[in-house]
Amino acid sequence: MSEKPEPSGTGIGVRVRRKEDRRHLQGRGRFVADLAMPGLLEVAFLRSPVAHARLTGWRKAPGAEARCFFLEDLEGLQPIVARSSLKGYKVSEWPALARDKLRYVGECVAACVAPTRAEAEDLAEACGLDYEELPAVIDPLAARRAGSPLVHESWGDNLFLETFVDGDIDAIARTAAVKVEREYATARQCMHPMEGKGLLAWWDDRADQLVVHTSTQVPHVIRTGLAECLGLEQRRVRIAPPDVGGGFGYKCILQPEELVVAWLAMTYRRPFRWVEDRREHLVAGANAREHHYKVTAYADARGRLLALDAEVTVNVGAYSVYPFTACLEAAQAGGNLPGPYDFRNYRCRTYSVASNKPPFTPYRGVARPGVCFAIELTIDAIARAVGREPAEVRAENLVPGSAMPYDNVTNKHYDSGDYPESLRRAMARIDLPAVRTRQAQGEPDGRLIGVGFSTFTEQSAHGTKVFASWGIPMVPGYEQATVRLTPEGGVEVRAGIHTIGQGLETTLAQVASEILTIPVERIGVVLGDTAETPYSTGAYASRGAVMAGGAVSRSATALAGQIKAIAAHLLQCEPAEVSFEGGRIRGGNASLDFADVGRAWYLNPEQLPDGVDARGLEATEGFKPKVDSGAFTYATHAAVVAVDPETGKVEILDYVVIEDCGTMINPMIVEGQAFGGSAQGIGTALFEESPYDAAGQPLHSTLADYLLPGPSELPSFRIEHMETPSPYTAHGIKGVGEGGAIAPPGAIVNAINDAVKGLGVEMTEIPVSPRRLLGKILAARSGTPSGLEAAE
Amino acid sequence: MKAAAFDYARAGDLAEAVRLLGEGEGSAKLIAGGQSLGPMLNLRLVRVGLLVDIRRLEALRTVEEGEGTLRYGALITHSEFEDGRVPDAGNGLLRQVGGGIAYRAVRNRGTLGGSLAHADPAADWISAFTALDATLQIEGPAGRRSLPLAGGLLGAFTLDLGETEILTAVEVPRLGAGARWGWHKINRKTGEFADAIGVALLDEERGFCRVVCGAVEGPPVVLAAVAEALRAEGRQAGRALVPAAVAEALPALDPVGRHLHVVAVQRAIDQVFGR
Ligand SMILES: Cc1cc2nc3c(=O)[nH]c(=O)nc-3n(C[C@H](O)[C@H](O)[C@H](O)COP(=O)(O)OP(=O)(O)OC[C@H]3O[C@@H](n4cnc5c(N)ncnc54)[C@H](O)[C@@H]3O)c2cc1C
Repeated sequence: MSEKPEPSGTGIGVRVRRKEDRRHLQGRGRFVADLAMPGLLEVAFLRSPVAHARLTGWRKAPGAEARCFFLEDLEGLQPIVARSSLKGYKVSEWPALARDKLRYVGECVAACVAPTRAEAEDLAEACGLDYEELPAVIDPLAARRAGSPLVHESWGDNLFLETFVDGDIDAIARTAAVKVEREYATARQCMHPMEGKGLLAWWDDRADQLVVHTSTQVPHVIRTGLAECLGLEQRRVRIAPPDVGGGFGYKCILQPEELVVAWLAMTYRRPFRWVEDRREHLVAGANAREHHYKVTAYADARGRLLALDAEVTVNVGAYSVYPFTACLEAAQAGGNLPGPYDFRNYRCRTYSVASNKPPFTPYRGVARPGVCFAIELTIDAIARAVGREPAEVRAENLVPGSAMPYDNVTNKHYDSGDYPESLRRAMARIDLPAVRTRQAQGEPDGRLIGVGFSTFTEQSAHGTKVFASWGIPMVPGYEQATVRLTPEGGVEVRAGIHTIGQGLETTLAQVASEILTIPVERIGVVLGDTAETPYSTGAYASRGAVMAGGAVSRSATALAGQIKAIAAHLLQCEPAEVSFEGGRIRGGNASLDFADVGRAWYLNPEQLPDGVDARGLEATEGFKPKVDSGAFTYATHAAVVAVDPETGKVEILDYVVIEDCGTMINPMIVEGQAFGGSAQGIGTALFEESPYDAAGQPLHSTLADYLLPGPSELPSFRIEHMETPSPYTAHGIKGVGEGGAIAPPGAIVNAINDAVKGLGVEMTEIPVSPRRLLGKILAARSGTPSGLEAAE
Repeated sequence: MKAAAFDYARAGDLAEAVRLLGEGEGSAKLIAGGQSLGPMLNLRLVRVGLLVDIRRLEALRTVEEGEGTLRYGALITHSEFEDGRVPDAGNGLLRQVGGGIAYRAVRNRGTLGGSLAHADPAADWISAFTALDATLQIEGPAGRRSLPLAGGLLGAFTLDLGETEILTAVEVPRLGAGARWGWHKINRKTGEFADAIGVALLDEERGFCRVVCGAVEGPPVVLAAVAEALRAEGRQAGRALVPAAVAEALPALDPVGRHLHVVAVQRAIDQVFGR
């Protein structure tokens, strides 16, 4: 929060225009569906029409048997298995194509290939399946009960994992002035990156390699996982992701379709492609967000939170995803539920429940949109119970700035910042007294006004220890990058993380520019391709800017030393006297271009004495924060809503974000992340849900049934930054990719509940669709849980 | 998903379109704006042997003014109503309705005739034109006929139209200069189909009053008793009858659905009387 001089050049802190936008705005991006190759065959999948059944037989398309593939045809292909070292974890085997059981609607059963997708779909239609239907496991609470049908019979129950955090609650429970009990539910969602999943795989005979252009956030991890399933050495698999049109976590996992397409290319040595369509994404793609909470909070008479007792159930679907396993979500939920609050007594049991729904994978914010919703509604419920302004009760409960760094009740190490200050600024910016006045006056159109707040922490770039404690097969360590000076004085940055729309091509260039002073226009960034970049676990967990940014910083710093050594020779001075300024190299009274150094090393080494630094003009260094339990970004969101009590429609009238992600590499990109994330959070709060009927049939198969917020549903976000550098990361950077999506459900539903409190209504389930809200309003009016009197 | 293979023919005139439909022997289908048919073909919910494209039939793009009537060609697009590029028989109602359908890209292509022929209960035009008491002009192998819209809607997605017939125009009586209307569409977000539609028209000059409850399971429901009370006794009397009229006409609705329909109709009435 210190006053900094206005940054100059194209280094850290500058609102540089995104380098990648030119090609995207001109329609020149290259995504999987844009690739063309001679002999390319398109793949369509025959998918399970039922949620749960025993597969007893199948028939290939008559006359086209050679172009249809069932599991028995995919010789040597191993299923997707994600092991966890957590005690009691049950392992699922996710076959690329269904083996003997169908476990969710949309599960791949056969793959059909043809020159066009339409013809491949014709073949898939002409295949036949025989199956005996079984009762479906849909509701996660019912799935936990004894006697439930079983998704994996050999398990004996439907639990991937149960965890327990024990804390002393009982003493407080006996004496606390206030006890608040609630159940919360968050709907199942799809992530809807603008570009769906897809891949094109081919065999490169020259390199003797399988080349996979897949739309992924984690190319190196996909290489490891894919090679294992295919039984190929990893050096014989190259993942070369093209442009990726959004990921949000969906593209962090190895998918069955990926295995099949890769197997086909490896086996037939010709190119194959599958492009997910919106319907496949809605019905068959991995889902997210479906949580259920039982929360009991104890507080004193002022609303000071004393203890929290919780039970979290996550419906993780039929199979565990790779690499995150089926339990990362619940582990994060249990660990993050206490939020930014200062209290010491916590007990939590979590259940990761298998069901006949598609597998579940963490979505932007991972479990935190759910836990933030649960804890933020609980704080407001406490405030109402003690009859105080919720924002003030919230402020008193937040970890104060003076306590930083602070280890919370689940041992999260909050590194820096001032959480109550973010809330105070949000209260001022939204003008709480003015909203209260307007609310008291009433609206001419009969709508009800409400205001809500939500404060959260975003554990970004959590590292080795944290992931190891979750037991998953992929634990991030040091992140590496290569930075190279080219002969003409330009720079190439190479990192194994991938760009998925979050602006890394620009921000990583800015970090290099900060150190070398070379403008970003002269810095090329190569990302993701496993043949060209150092191993990285990829883009997830808000780690890109911190980890890859840190790695570029370290490598650029190392390169700077190497450049200075050579420049010192040319300038006839000591390396320590050499400095960079505005894209020039200075030493003594003279100065050089970076090109002079590049030329000397690469093209005119005769200018240099023997024994000059043999590493040349390229450096690869690794980075990990000093304390790698996560750099905690935080923010407060505030929303003012108007509720139409006759239709249940909610309009967001005002929306304020006060966020602190440490040092901002590019404030414009930070704002873009906050706005985009918030838009998704608004979807979670008000619109998005993937409903299933009791037989496990999805009731959402197009975007007419699954509503995403559009521009007209979104407010004009008002954003204000605080900037508390992390003490542990390079340049004080914290991650910002996920935060926007975390807070909106809490802020918006708190605002809705504030608006309708006079009607005796409190919403605890999202999305707050008009139907849900109106149903509760009508029930409250008629004094019955479901009935109502006709409207006046 | 991609559509299954089909043949395509562009009709040069109405007679050719009728002939092509006939030759298709039940597997031919018209395509106008393609904004409903296109998605259904892609999702393979509909299969056709032959698509007969009528977009180029200029005869279906005209507007004719008659004695107190207006006749809209079936190919007039939603956006042509929205932009006021055709006269508005509803004193601004059609402009309002057209502008509230879907998104601009859909409105640029989607047609009045396509929407009515598709007869999606949640669509906007069937409710608006039911309120306006429209009559459809139909051309087929056996010649011309006309069909009142209110009687011609047989159920959800079912207009009384033969497989080889073409809806060519929609004729409506013009509202008097002093006539007032109310239109209330309740939907979850801009551009979405309606959860409830209320339409109210009061043309005192012509003694015409109609109240419609739309976006229901089947065709839009004309609430005659409400209209009669409105005309004879005024706003409050009409308004008060709405809950009972909706409950009677749509007994299968759940409480929330019923409430939404009541509110939509009441708000449309309020709009007629200037809220
Ligand atoms: C994203 C989206 C949102 C939408 N939202 C709305 C909305 O809010 N409200 C709304 O009302 N509609 C909505 N629609 C539907 C839209 O209005 C369609 O344009 C309209 O329903 C069909 O008109 P069309 O000309 O495109 O017909 P087509 O799609 O070309 O045809 C539809 C059907 O009518 C038949 N047909 C077409 N013309 C004739 C004719 N002259 N004679 C006989 N049969 C014919 C076709 O054979 C076909 O069966 C939406 C559509 C989309 C894609």
